[in-house]
Amino acid sequence: MPDRDKLSTQRTVPDIALHRRVIDHVMTGVAVLTVVLVLAPLFAIFAYLIYRGVGSINWAFLTQTPRPVGEAGGGMANAIVGSAFILALASVLGVPIGVGAGVYLAEFGTNRFGDAIRFTADVLNGVPSIVIGIVAYAIVVLSQRHFSALAGGVALAIMMIPTITRTTEEMLLLVPQALREAAYGLGIPRWRTTLSITLRTATSGVITGIMLAFARVAGETAPLLFTAFGNQFWNLRADQPTAALPLQIFSYAISPYDEWHRQAWAGALVLIVLIVGAVAAVRFAVRRGTFGAA
Amino acid sequence: MANPALQRPDMPPPQPTETKKVSDVVPIAAAAPILRGSNSELGDRIFKFCMLLCGLAVLGTLGLIVYELVLRSGPSWHAFGLKFFAGHDWDPVNEKFGAMPFVYGTLVSSFLALLVAVPLSIGVAVFTTEMCPPVLRGPLSFFVELLAAIPSVVYGLWAIFVLVPILSNYVQPFLSKTLSWTGFFDGPPYGISMLAAGIILAVMIIPIISSITREVMMVVPQHQREAALALGATRWEMIRVGVLRNARAGIMGGIILGLGRALGETMAVTMVIGNRPEIAKSLFAPGYTMASVLANEFSEATGDVYLSALIEIGLALFLVTIVVNALARFLVWTVTRGQPASAHA
Repeated sequence: MPDRDKLSTQRTVPDIALHRRVIDHVMTGVAVLTVVLVLAPLFAIFAYLIYRGVGSINWAFLTQTPRPVGEAGGGMANAIVGSAFILALASVLGVPIGVGAGVYLAEFGTNRFGDAIRFTADVLNGVPSIVIGIVAYAIVVLSQRHFSALAGGVALAIMMIPTITRTTEEMLLLVPQALREAAYGLGIPRWRTTLSITLRTATSGVITGIMLAFARVAGETAPLLFTAFGNQFWNLRADQPTAALPLQIFSYAISPYDEWHRQAWAGALVLIVLIVGAVAAVRFAVRRGTFGAA
Repeated sequence: MANPALQRPDMPPPQPTETKKVSDVVPIAAAAPILRGSNSELGDRIFKFCMLLCGLAVLGTLGLIVYELVLRSGPSWHAFGLKFFAGHDWDPVNEKFGAMPFVYGTLVSSFLALLVAVPLSIGVAVFTTEMCPPVLRGPLSFFVELLAAIPSVVYGLWAIFVLVPILSNYVQPFLSKTLSWTGFFDGPPYGISMLAAGIILAVMIIPIISSITREVMMVVPQHQREAALALGATRWEMIRVGVLRNARAGIMGGIILGLGRALGETMAVTMVIGNRPEIAKSLFAPGYTMASVLANEFSEATGDVYLSALIEIGLALFLVTIVVNALARFLVWTVTRGQPASAHA
């Protein structure tokens, strides 16, 4: 800045040395560069999913079961339904336990036992999914003596529980204490207050937590490898091996056939759309108030 | 008392109690314990018991995991002891098992991932919290979170068909031309390699590290920034001295949490690492990780010792990730619980 006005030059930044200003600009540039580098894979992944996936999705893909190697056509219908089936089993097992444990923590958990549960939930959250698969294998598959949809459901339920527990607790603690006290003041018993007032007030938050857990396990492959195992045919029995979309994507992706690669991309696109769609649908429903108390 | 008596002919019987609301407070309060004593105390007890069962289920699940892993890794533990983790041979046919190559692969791929992910994640966090215009802040963090929502198998798919060809056609020839003297970038550029696994892991752990870094940076009090600026610091100096230094324990926690995720990540790594149980210095060589060997061999494992050797790998993975996660949570906790910055200076 030319020194036509000495006072104002002094007032602005006269004594910040050039190299410090240069470093400041360089670091800003570096930060922008990191953002670009991080977002590049994200956009690349979505671009490729759409580019490779959209062309491969057709009616046959969505309605037929896999064909043998070398035969064109076929689809992943059984895997899509199988995934939904396993996820339904997982939700039936995991959601009540997760929400219940969250309620316990929020309403009765201000003691050491509550802290122990909190810590355990956090630890469970960090357990690698493949290890949870081993445990589901040891508990369910070994006792049933064969792979099954139920084993896959158990594995995914174990993964859902900690997330649901912690978000439920968080959401219930956000409900103002005055609401509970008002209910007690009306002579409403505690269990009724918790169910019809606290939980009901926090419904949308709790459901968001459930959907987060759902979205997290919906794409899980590792815990299904030796529990649900996969299946080339239709199956809707809980005690039989069942196809799942992520498993099918995995086995097609590592296969040497172009036709299967194409289907793997289509499957991946369907998987992402289903995950995002399920989350969006439930959010929409919660906002519209179609859901009652949990 | 005169009023109700007067009105009695016009009013239906419930009405008087309705009009005497205020004066009836005491009788209602007195009635409440009776109500509670009759069935709601029982209801409360049943309810609390049910919720307690759910809480116990969480504890029980962890207990069950530990119990099953320890019990079923027994045969392998008895056969090999601690030497299991020092052995190089993985020979299912002769029932000789050593987990060293897998441990090595897991550690190298995870540290490689950290090497790439840490600077990028911190850069993104710094940009979103301190530099970017407020309009961009929401979309940017949304995009980074979106990265966390992509399933592992989709990362793997993308890595096989997009990342690996890029590596083998452009990156690896360049690296081996310029840096092969280090020994880390030697060998044929097949693409499928430890390097590919490290890079895809890095992409996967960036959202965790960067969201925790952002969280702890936002906890740093505003007056730290203002003080730095008042002393004449440039924006970067303010970030370095006022923000990053105060948040470093929490950032370390985020990094370690990312490490925990990288150690246990299975599918994407399995798809690009090459799955060969060898220890090679070059990052261009294929490797194998603990999680990958479980994914590939568990459902085909024949024989008790083979299966229990795999479960022992699972147990080791479990223990390592627990320690890593506990450490990370402790570090994040020290920052977000509002401890004075000097406590970890």
